[in-house]
Amino acid sequence: MSRRLDRSLVDWLWPLAVFGLLAVVPAIGLSIPKVFDQPVDSPGTLALLASCLLFGALALTYDLQFGYTGLLSFGHTLYIALGAYLTNIAITEWHWQFWQAVLVAMAASFALANVLGFVSMRVAGIAFAMVTLAFAQAGSVLALKDPHHWTHGEEGLGADYTKLPHAFVGIVNTKNLYWLALAFLAGVFFVVRWAVESSPGRVWQAIRENEARVEVLGLPPRAYKLQAFVLSSTLAAAGGVVYMLLFNGTTLSLTQPNFTLTLLLMVVIGGAGSRWGAVLGGILYTYLNNRLTAIGSSSAVNGLPHALKVPLSQPLFLLGAIFILMVIFLPGGLVGLARRGSPSTMRRLRAAVGGGAAAEAS
Amino acid sequence: MSTFVLLTLTGFGLAAMYFLIASGLSLIYGLMGVLNFAHGAFITVGAYGTWWSSVHVFDGVHSDLWRWLASSAVGLICGGIFAALVELLLIRPLYSRHIEQVLVTVGLQLAFVALVTGVWGPDPQTFVVPAWLHETTDVGGALIPNDRWVEIATAAAVLGLLQLFLRKTRYGLIIRAGVENRAMVQALGIDVRKAFTLVFAIGGIAAAVAGVLGGVYFNSIQPDQGTSLLIFAFIVVVIGGLGSIGGSAVAACLVGLVQQYTNYYASSGIGDMVVVLLLGVVLLARPRGLAGAVVGARA
Repeated sequence: MSRRLDRSLVDWLWPLAVFGLLAVVPAIGLSIPKVFDQPVDSPGTLALLASCLLFGALALTYDLQFGYTGLLSFGHTLYIALGAYLTNIAITEWHWQFWQAVLVAMAASFALANVLGFVSMRVAGIAFAMVTLAFAQAGSVLALKDPHHWTHGEEGLGADYTKLPHAFVGIVNTKNLYWLALAFLAGVFFVVRWAVESSPGRVWQAIRENEARVEVLGLPPRAYKLQAFVLSSTLAAAGGVVYMLLFNGTTLSLTQPNFTLTLLLMVVIGGAGSRWGAVLGGILYTYLNNRLTAIGSSSAVNGLPHALKVPLSQPLFLLGAIFILMVIFLPGGLVGLARRGSPSTMRRLRAAVGGGAAAEAS
Repeated sequence: MSTFVLLTLTGFGLAAMYFLIASGLSLIYGLMGVLNFAHGAFITVGAYGTWWSSVHVFDGVHSDLWRWLASSAVGLICGGIFAALVELLLIRPLYSRHIEQVLVTVGLQLAFVALVTGVWGPDPQTFVVPAWLHETTDVGGALIPNDRWVEIATAAAVLGLLQLFLRKTRYGLIIRAGVENRAMVQALGIDVRKAFTLVFAIGGIAAAVAGVLGGVYFNSIQPDQGTSLLIFAFIVVVIGGLGSIGGSAVAACLVGLVQQYTNYYASSGIGDMVVVLLLGVVLLARPRGLAGAVVGARA
């Protein structure tokens, strides 16, 4: 009994300790040369860190359906974009209050996820992936063509900052945005953990392993898959709101299929079906994408011969190549690599990543 | 009336490209269960192979027609070889792990477009085509751009050749049998893996044809041109029924025409939405696509 208690306490303490450490980052005036151009508490670095944390959270919402339930969707960004665009349009074009806008955007995303999820689950597997892609593409076309002059097509829509909560406006408040992104990450983390350890969550994971067996047990797989899909999509829409605040508006790239594909890359690089894996993948990917762009245009790379310079100036080429190598040689991602370490490392890591992860590893 | 004729022929021209992409996707999926995102890269290889050889190899050829045909041939060969290499090097090591195979093709598509952008820049490129392709023909008062005829004729020829290949040759027989029941074909002692490389090469060539024709249809080529064509080709494949060439052809015409008509008669962009709606309706009514009942596609 006491071991059980210890275990659940550890399960809470670990993430809280990590998030707590991250929370004090803006208070540290540390300079880490090479890793960050500016001191850690400068707005530039904090903005980069905030987007890393946000993408960690978005990757985790994707992992909920891909890694835990086995649903390969290519349309996840539809809900992120809906959350971001609808909130932005409501405050900027319709002059609503911020909280009204957020509530309506969340409700709309929830409803849309139910409808489209229901339709796309008429098919499974690869066909499901194609159908979700098609729906997301329809959303992207809608945002591009902009029939009502709401999204402003390729220009994107800058948010009306007078309607935003004042704590999140302006460069001096970058640290608040950092804390917002961190709070969102922590929120998604605990919601996902609660969900996958609940009894429907166990059915999701059973569906991932063997859908036919779940059906034989008398449980309707489609209803359970729809649950996971709707929860993941609604969390993603909330992430879209944070995205809108972080980037002061919405741009077309948010709606495009490549956005979902990069989330997929993050989850697989970090380790699908693992909370820390998805978060780590999202953070690392975002950081590398940002830093490689800077390195690619730096003088050190410009001095290189042409054949080396070209690939190095394209972060997506490098990240895509890393991703392919990882899929072939390192299934399980970075977390899988750690788990395959020595038995003692594995035990410590299991303790570190909590009971849920230990159950998956076995 | 003349507008209607123009829209119809333009719709078929677009359908031709959708079909060229979808036929390869559908065969690959039907036989191997792989959703090939890298098909967009095959389109890019075909288009850039044609452009590169047109500028660097055949720049001394005076006849625009021969220059275009010769450089297109290089583009198609590049597309076929690239596709076969992708199958051998990236797909084969992940045999029967379908999700991982999809992931690899996704990574390849992203990395490849980035590489092409890095090497030749994001700007559109144009290659030399015979001047008459950009002239028009009068059909009952409608001025039809000549490239539409070439697109439609090429797609029809590819459809005919594919059907001939699938119905009259031994490899075609293996592929058709493999689409229906791969395990049984293997149990009969036939090495299906050779057929895998073959369908990838065929799909790569067909996609490269679409890349070349896309360069004519859109007047230019861009690194990520394949991606947007690919999404509509996915829709065509699902509507047509996975694994069916005939289904793909019918669905491609349906999608191309619906898109053109609604984009013109309703408003620009609505056509794309209606196509997605069409996909939803087909899925609700016939989850296996139009030809699904015939091939018993593994959905």
